[in-house]
Amino acid sequence: MIKLASEADATLSSFYEEMRDKGAPRLRAAAWAAFSELGLPNRRVESWHYTDFKTAMSKPAPLATASHAALALPRAHDSLRLVTLDGVFRPDLSDIARLPDGVAVKSLRDALTQGEPHVMSALAGADIGAQDPILALNAALMQDGVVIQIAPGVRIERAIELATFTSAEAAQSTYTRALVMLGEGAQATLIETLGALSAAPAQDNGALVIRLAPNARVDLVTHLSGGVDRAIRVASLLAHLEANATINSIALIEGEGLHRRQIFARLDGEKASAVFSGATLGRGLLHADTTLIVDHAKPSGQSREVFRNILDDQSVGVFQGKVIVRPGAQKTDGAMQSKALLLSDQATMNNKPELEIFADDVQCGHGATCGRLDKDQLFYLCARGLPRREAEALLIEGFANEAMATLEDEQLKTFLSERVSAWLSRRISR
Amino acid sequence: MLEIKDLHVAVGEREILKGLTLSVKAGEVAAIMGPNGTGKSTLSYVIAGREGYDVTKGEVRLNGENLLDLDPAERAAKGIFLAFQYPVEIPGVATMTFLKAALNAQRRARGEPELQTPEFMKRVKEAAASLGVSQDMLRRPLNAGFSGGEKKRMEILQMALLQPRLAILDETDSGLDIDALRVVADGVNALRSPERAFVVITHYQRLLDYIRPDTVHVMAQGLIMRSGGPELAQELEERGYQDYIAQEAA
Repeated sequence: MIKLASEADATLSSFYEEMRDKGAPRLRAAAWAAFSELGLPNRRVESWHYTDFKTAMSKPAPLATASHAALALPRAHDSLRLVTLDGVFRPDLSDIARLPDGVAVKSLRDALTQGEPHVMSALAGADIGAQDPILALNAALMQDGVVIQIAPGVRIERAIELATFTSAEAAQSTYTRALVMLGEGAQATLIETLGALSAAPAQDNGALVIRLAPNARVDLVTHLSGGVDRAIRVASLLAHLEANATINSIALIEGEGLHRRQIFARLDGEKASAVFSGATLGRGLLHADTTLIVDHAKPSGQSREVFRNILDDQSVGVFQGKVIVRPGAQKTDGAMQSKALLLSDQATMNNKPELEIFADDVQCGHGATCGRLDKDQLFYLCARGLPRREAEALLIEGFANEAMATLEDEQLKTFLSERVSAWLSRRISR
Repeated sequence: MLEIKDLHVAVGEREILKGLTLSVKAGEVAAIMGPNGTGKSTLSYVIAGREGYDVTKGEVRLNGENLLDLDPAERAAKGIFLAFQYPVEIPGVATMTFLKAALNAQRRARGEPELQTPEFMKRVKEAAASLGVSQDMLRRPLNAGFSGGEKKRMEILQMALLQPRLAILDETDSGLDIDALRVVADGVNALRSPERAFVVITHYQRLLDYIRPDTVHVMAQGLIMRSGGPELAQELEERGYQDYIAQEAA
């Protein structure tokens, strides 16, 4: 088959030439080969059916160069923050000195150069999400990021924030990757903040790899915000869970541009437990795609997915969720639910939940709905004195809250509900 | 206090209220009784301002002010309260959040200062205690998973908190056992005052044993067919609504 090289292919190829000797050449070569095989996905690729990435990426922006501007970065959390700015991990902007015992941090760049086998195999994540071309592209081109190792048994009280910002005045591409390894029984709360500080339509491809040893637990709050029209952001989460490990992940997507969050999770030990939840607040031309695969490979695992899309104006929401139960994964308990609230006639939701079950003794279900605000509920609230817009806001807030029910951290709960309130107050005031 | 004159209301092509006239004075408890399907709930929705009801003629005034020009929230702030026949479940909205938002929205609309949390909590707790509303119910999302009786008690709790000038109770007795009925009726009776009026809509006389009305109105065919004192309710209990249904056939 003859494949005509597009402008995008040529540009990405030049990126690869630039990155191929920056550590982990074999890993990059394998990833590049996987990407080249698949190419930029168009709508005919099933997992990208609702997000025409090939068209969006027809003109890749230049690969980011490190910024050294003295920036005042916004700070939303009382956290231990690790900053990656314009594709480069910045210890000088990070809280390295305040990290507690039992937490080791290094830059991805250093990790790739050192090439420690256990870090490299953890980073590659060859067993999860290997079929996705954009994740493969991330591995081929990864510039920098952070590698965190949490020693067995260590419980970190304060949240660790992985903050990734772009600040360039002209559009740039960034390829970042973070790895968090939790030793046996370790526990941590992670905040993943992805934001843009400039008005340039950045193209960001980031991946977060979390590997949980037996009995480890991570609570993860992901916040995707900022962006402008024509900005493109892919945020991939790869989670690998061993026996009795737990991940509790809640995401909030808002802002503008194209956002694709993809989750590839593998429950690879008995009684592993995973929650992947999230809310999207869509307005303007926001296109927000959440696509996930939760793969139950071992028995007695539990997974819950609860997603809420709130879509105003001409925004577009996508939810594609697939729960796979492998032949040996008996007693799996899975439930997936996606609900969308359309606040305008021009908003669109695409819902596609799927189950692939190869074991016979499992309990799995899914549900997807799409609708408007309930008229009876609205009248009830208005009849009690709430003006129409306030009544709507209360219902929308309640709807969004359903995706955050598993979050226990009060500060993070407050943070997320304040984000929802801020979004709603903009709606009330216009 | 409430003046309804020659009220005609249609839903789609169908006329439901056909020239209804009713007057309720301050301090009065007016019972509206009638067979199913005669427009009793329609009347309550039109007073409260629900969408989808087309007022083709007539007027509804509260203390001289035309209610039909106001949206439901404005009517609530003026003192209209509708206790729903079927209170709506709203999962995701915390009961306390809702109660405070409703109370303070009304106060804002009337130009009164908002209630701060401690004072608000005190009022809720007092009302809850007298109505047998548990702390657990207050902690749950609004009406979510409540039994029929719990929902009705929550309606009365809201009424006690919002202190309306005119309360409309739409079949508040439906789905209540005798103990719950007594609790709800006690809650209503406690709110009776010379400044407040009640419109009690019911199918059965039973509720009126607990909430003694001053006036009783028989509603059928979209009209008030007959008005009288409490003795009229007793007569209806004995004879049923056959006289009024028969008139319809004639």
